[in-house]
Formats: sequence, structure tokens, C-alpha cells
Amino acid sequence: MSSQTSPQEKQAPRVGAAQLKLLERLTNACAVSGDEGEVRQIVLDEIRPHVDEVKVDHLGNVLASKAGSTQDRLRVMLAAHMDEIGFMLTQNEDKEGGIFRFGVVGGVSPSHLAGQPVLIGKGHVPGVIGAKPVHLTTNDELRTPLSVDSLRIDVGPGNSSKVKVGDRATFATRFSRTGASLRAKALDDRLGVATLIELVKNAPANIDLLAAFTVQEEVGLRGAKVAAYALEPDVAIALDSTPANDLPTWDGSENTRYNTRLGEGPAIYVADAATLSDPRLIRFLVETALAAGIPYQIRQPGGGGTDAGAMHKQRAGIPTVSISVPGRYLHTPLSITRLSDWKNTVALVYTALSQLTSDLFKVDR
Amino acid sequence: MKSLIQKFVETPGPSGYESIIRQVIRAEVEPLADQVTVDALGNLIARKGTPSSNGMKIMLAAHMDEIGLIATHIDENGFVRFTTIGGVRAYNCPGGRVRFLNGTRGVIGIENLEGQSSPPLIDQMFIDVGAGARKDCSVRVGDVAVFERPYLDLGKRLVAKSMDDRIGVAVLIETLRQIDNSPHEIYFVFSVQEEVGVRGATTAAYGIDPQLGLAVDVTGTGDTPKGIKMEVGLGKGPAIKVRDAGMLADPRVVDWMVRTAEASKIPYQMEILERGGTDARAIQLTRLGVPAGCLSIPCRYVHSPSEMVDFDDVENAVRLLVGLLSQPVDLK
Repeated sequence: MSSQTSPQEKQAPRVGAAQLKLLERLTNACAVSGDEGEVRQIVLDEIRPHVDEVKVDHLGNVLASKAGSTQDRLRVMLAAHMDEIGFMLTQNEDKEGGIFRFGVVGGVSPSHLAGQPVLIGKGHVPGVIGAKPVHLTTNDELRTPLSVDSLRIDVGPGNSSKVKVGDRATFATRFSRTGASLRAKALDDRLGVATLIELVKNAPANIDLLAAFTVQEEVGLRGAKVAAYALEPDVAIALDSTPANDLPTWDGSENTRYNTRLGEGPAIYVADAATLSDPRLIRFLVETALAAGIPYQIRQPGGGGTDAGAMHKQRAGIPTVSISVPGRYLHTPLSITRLSDWKNTVALVYTALSQLTSDLFKVDR
Repeated sequence: MKSLIQKFVETPGPSGYESIIRQVIRAEVEPLADQVTVDALGNLIARKGTPSSNGMKIMLAAHMDEIGLIATHIDENGFVRFTTIGGVRAYNCPGGRVRFLNGTRGVIGIENLEGQSSPPLIDQMFIDVGAGARKDCSVRVGDVAVFERPYLDLGKRLVAKSMDDRIGVAVLIETLRQIDNSPHEIYFVFSVQEEVGVRGATTAAYGIDPQLGLAVDVTGTGDTPKGIKMEVGLGKGPAIKVRDAGMLADPRVVDWMVRTAEASKIPYQMEILERGGTDARAIQLTRLGVPAGCLSIPCRYVHSPSEMVDFDDVENAVRLLVGLLSQPVDLK
């Protein structure tokens, strides 16, 4: 593409009060995998005025497109998952008293559950994950981790008729901001959803932006698989949130397994269990960040996975990379992120997209 | 052919980073094929021939990538912590030498494990590249490396890192060289990212949309002291795969391979592999499903830095493959 015709470069979208308000609504909404309707409604309301086309596919993914205006545009798919980890009521053990057995949906550690307030079903009916008080706990029991089987969700007599087996539940945490930090449940991946909404509203003119707000990521990247097949993009980028395990170690030794660190900018993926990122895209993101003076970090190669794992293998293959906002305590009742990391993620993705051309793929991977 | 094998095993190509080995392979296939392309994930695809009325569109796959390592952290003293790419076994690592794609070489060290009864973990190891401090270390987080070990020609037996699956690559190229007047349109695919879950073959097969698929890869053997219980041994011929953990080979394909070997008096053995899988799995599950099978080269010490194959098996694999592809395919 000839650079002569490229339009005046626009500024990256701002993350201000309105964006924080949107993130608050998104994180307070409940959307456990398979039941993403509440977040989907917010997404649809936000993006509808800004896209050329939007539809909800058979699995519940929101697929929207916004065409650019310059010549020779790449079709770029951006994916952020709407779903979050949570629980599902599996058995009503005490119909009068409202005591339910439950199972977990997605990656949840049983050690994070006891004593946590939860919200159940579309009505956000309050409940609590009960546990035996310490007075009555034996020494042996104290040493053994609690299993999900031994825990119950207690909704109380009045509310037991408002929920039913099969309903999903989330942690009841409400969004808050304390200084430089944002605290909420489901920052994984409402940060990505909020980022993608901003990008849709401010789509660069040099690409065709294909937005996929995906379902069922937390149970195995299921929504992104059909979304990428349907959209058939030239490039795909997963926008997600990844753990920052950056606390000091208990013995003061060097922390070598931090995954990412808060405050050091968006995390660019090289390798996780599901994807080996396209090296051309890694290089492009790093060079873009350096040139624009945007901080970035390389996520430590390791396990885990994002929607990239499903996207890059669709059809005859799609160059793919992931970018995450780091967050502490993900998949627990309360996660923490830095506002600056979110801002820098929006800035990096926007800047990269606005400079992305097919030249990047003239050299083979 | 031996010099070709040596060239391939001495070229690094960890999964996801196959561009260097691809260049070496491309130089070999370019003069032999009708068309050579590279797809979005980096698969090298060489097409030979056009289908005649009794021919088929056939995909052959041998993977270019090898297992390797990737840096996760450079500590304050310049030691490189790492994790694995593909099925690297921890017990094969300590004392091993590695080469990063940026040229940096190093040796794998291990923490003091006195008093630890369990086997060492990758997390307890590090790569020493000779740097005294973080700032002197030429490795960055995300840099990739492969094992380094000289190629060894023991006469009949050949030993090297990445025989899995550069030996398959060599077999495919030799087949491409020898094939003449095939009724088929044959796609020789040198696939990427097999070791991390047959990812390259997945997209290559979708793009090619073949009527028949064969992987050429290594398989384990049961012929070493207290080895795994397995029928396959070195030197008894290439192995015709019946089953592995990822695929039940199409019985019609298995029969066709056996018939062809018998007719040409090529030694062969039947293979049932309890663990592991090949690109054939990805081909088989493509689109509406594809009849698929696998021709295996028996290999000792798979996924160690010293993988051993028998040269007769290699040559017989080429003979069988050329025989299979020179005639119309009759699946019954």
C-alpha cells in the first residue's frame, strides 16, 4: 500500500471516566461460560451504532465488522471473551432451606471458595459458599484442602425458589477503583471486552476490523473456534488478561515465575500451551511499542491459553498473536489490575492496528 | 542421502520457528517440484504432478520442526530459566548443550537436588551461557533454542538430534526425486508445529483438501534392554502404522501399504504405538474426513538428543513410498 495516501494518524482512544464506567458495568455483570447474555447485551448496545454489520452466531459469539476506507486492507480479527469462570448449581439438597451442591465452570481452585458471597442466575440472587467454622474443624481437616464436593451454596429459605439447578453463579465482588488500581471480579476478560469496544468505536481506517466477542473461552476456547472459521481473517489478535504472579517470594529469593508484572505494560505472548505466536506479529508489536514509547512486556512462555489457540488453526491457518492486560489474583473472587496497564494496552493495540499492512506478511513466517 | 540427512539434522528448527530449516529444505525441493508454496503458519508445500483419470490428490507430510527450549527468565546472575517446546523429557536435559537461534550457545545446569527423591523438574534447571550477570546475557525472554549434539554415522545406524522428523523429511525428498510418471497429484508437505500438537498439518490439510493422506514420521521400538513392550525394531523395515494414541489408520490404507510392500518384496513391520501421534491424525480429521495412514521409520531414543535410525529402514521406506505412489491407488 502506498504510504502517501494514508490518512492523518488518529490518536489512540482515551481511557477516561466513561471507559471506567463501562468496565464497571462489564465486570459487575454475570456471564459464566455458556450463559453470556448479560455481557452480550452490554456489548451489543455499545457497538451497534459504530459497526457496519453485527450478528450473534449460533454459539452466542457477537461478530461485528467495520470496514476501513483505504486501499488493500487487511481483514483483522480481534477476539475478547465475554465469559468468566464461575459455578453451576447441580443439586438442591434442602428444598426448604435453599442449600445447593455446585460444580465449577472453568479453572477455579477450591481453595478460593469457602466463605465467598456469590450471585446466582439472571436475577443475581445472593448466596454464600458456606464452610464449617474453625471451632468445629479438626486438625486433620485443617491440613487437607477443601474439595468442591464438601462445599455448598446457601441461598436461604426465602430465595430457594428464585434459583434452580443449572443456574450459574459468580463471585459477588463489585468493581472499585483505589488509586492506580482497579479491583473487580472477571477482569479476565472484561478488560479485553472493554478494550475491543473502544477499538470498534475508534476503528483505524487502514484495516477491516472484525470484532469477535467470544463465548466459552474458559472451558476450552470453544467460541473463538467457530468465530474464526466464520470471519476468515488475514490476521487474528486475542485480547485477554493474564496473571501477574509478581509478588516477592516467601524466602526473598529472586522470583523467576512471575508470568507478568503489574505496571510494566501490555503483555505480548510468545508461547503458551495453545499457541506459538507468529514471530512476525511479535516483532511488529515490539517495534511498534518501542517506536511509540509505549511500555510492554513479554509474557513468560509457559502454560495457559487464549482464543489465539483456536483461531490460528482455522481453515488454512491464520497468523495470530495474543496481548493481555496483566492482572493479579485472576480466577479468584477479586483481581487487581493497574489502570496504566490497561491504557497502555489500548494504546499499543490501536497504534499497531493503525500501522498494520500486508507488507508484514510478504516474508514467510 | 546420508549427507542430506546430516545437513537436515544439523539445522535448527524448533516448533514455531522453522524458517531456517525450511530454507534448507526448500533449496532441495525447488528443482524437483512443479510448484512450491509456504502457507500462513509456515508449512512448506511442494506439488508434483497433475491427477490423471485414475489418479488422486495425495498429501504426504513429514514435519520440519523439532522439540526445543524457550527462555522464560534471565536471572540477576545471567542464568537462563527455560521451559520446553514439545515433548522434551527433564531427565534428558542436565549436561545437555543447546544453541539459541540467535547463535548463543550454552549448557544446561541443575540446582542441588540432595535429599530430593523425585526426578528433577525443568523448573530446577537453567542454561548457563557463560554470562556473569543479566546485562551480559545475550538471551532474551522468549528466545528459542534446540539441543546440540554432533551427527554420528555408525555405518548402518545413524544417530542425531531431530531424526524426529528430519529423517521423514529426507525420505520425502528422496521420494520426490525418484518419483516419475505418477498418475497422482502429490503434495509433499514439510509441516510445522507437529511437536506441539500437529498444528501445521491441520491447516495444510485444510488448504490442500486431499483425497488421501500419509504421514512419514518416526516411531518407537521395543528392541532395547528393558525397553517398552513393542513389536517394532530397528532394521526390520519401515513400519506400517495400524494405530497410535491419536489415530486409527484407515484399514484400506493399511492393506494397500501391506499389499504394495509384499508385491515389491520390501521388508516391513506392523506398528502399534501406545503413545504419541503424527500428522496423519490431523489429515484424517480434516473437513469431511480423509483416508489416512502413516509410514514410520523405527527410531530408538526418540525425543532425546541422540535419536537412532537404521539406514536400511530409511532406504526401504523410500522404495515403499515410491512403489505406493507410482500406481493408481486401490482402496478396498
